Amino acid sequence: MTTPLAGYLLVAALLFAIGLAGALVRRNAILVLIGIELMLNAANLNLIAFWRYGPHPEFLTGMMFAIFSIAVAAAEAAVGLGLVISIHRHTNTTDLDKMNRMKG
Amino acid sequence: MNALFYLLAAITICGGLAAVMLKHLVHCALATTVAFAGLALLYLQLDAQFAGFAQILVYIGAVAILIVFAILLTRGADLPKEGVFSSTWFVGLVIAAGVFAVLAWAVLESVRALPQHNAVPAVTVHDIGNALVGRYVLPLEIVALLLTAATIGAVIVAMHEKERPKP
Repeated sequence: MTTPLAGYLLVAALLFAIGLAGALVRRNAILVLIGIELMLNAANLNLIAFWRYGPHPEFLTGMMFAIFSIAVAAAEAAVGLGLVISIHRHTNTTDLDKMNRMKG
Repeated sequence: MNALFYLLAAITICGGLAAVMLKHLVHCALATTVAFAGLALLYLQLDAQFAGFAQILVYIGAVAILIVFAILLTRGADLPKEGVFSSTWFVGLVIAAGVFAVLAWAVLESVRALPQHNAVPAVTVHDIGNALVGRYVLPLEIVALLLTAATIGAVIVAMHEKERPKP
C-alpha cells in the first residue's frame, strides 16, 4: 500500500481534476467559480499534507502558505461573484457561452 | 492509512463530484459545502487544527454563503433550456482526465522520494500566532490590505449603477 502522504496527494489530484472539469465543462459562471474554489482547495490540501509529513513542521511553512492561500481565495471568491452579479445585471445571463462581447 | 482517511476522502470526492455534476445550482452549492467540510476534516486528520477551523470559518461560513447569494441574485435556480453543460464539454472532460492522469502518475512514480516523518508535529495555535506576527508579519499585512481592497472592490463592482444620461 502507498504511504499516507501519497494517499493525500492522490485525493488532492482527484479533487483538482474534478474542479478543472467543473470549470471547463459547465455553462454557468457561478459553477466555474465553484470549480476554481475546488482547485484552490486541492492545492491547500497538498500544502498541509506536505507540512504534516515533511521534515520540519515546526517552521510552519506549508501551514502558513495554506492559511494565506485560504485568505486570498476568499478575496477571489468575493470579487468573482461580484463580477458575475455585475455581468448578470448588464446582459441578463450567467451563461458563459452567451458572454461573447466585451462592450459593457 | 486508516479507515477514517478513506471515509473523509470519499466524502470530499463525492461532494466535489456532486458539485460539478448536479443540475440545480442550489444543489451544487450544498454539495460544495459538503466538499469543503470534508476537506476541513481532512485537515483535522492531518493535525492541522488551525487550518481546519479556518477552513470551516472561511469556506463554509463565508464562501458558501456568498455562492448562495450570487445564485439568488442572478436567478440561477432556473434551469437553462440548452442544458447545463457547455457545448465543448467533451474537450474539457478529456483535459481534466489528462491532468489527473499526469498528476497521479507523478505521485505514484515518486512514492519512494516523498518525505515520511510520521511524528505528530508539536505545533500549537500559540506558535502559529507568534509566527504570524513575527516571521510572517509582512505577508499578513499585505493579505489584510488585499482583503480590504477586494471587499471594497467587490462591493463597487456589484453595486447598482445609476442610470447614466445617454449622450
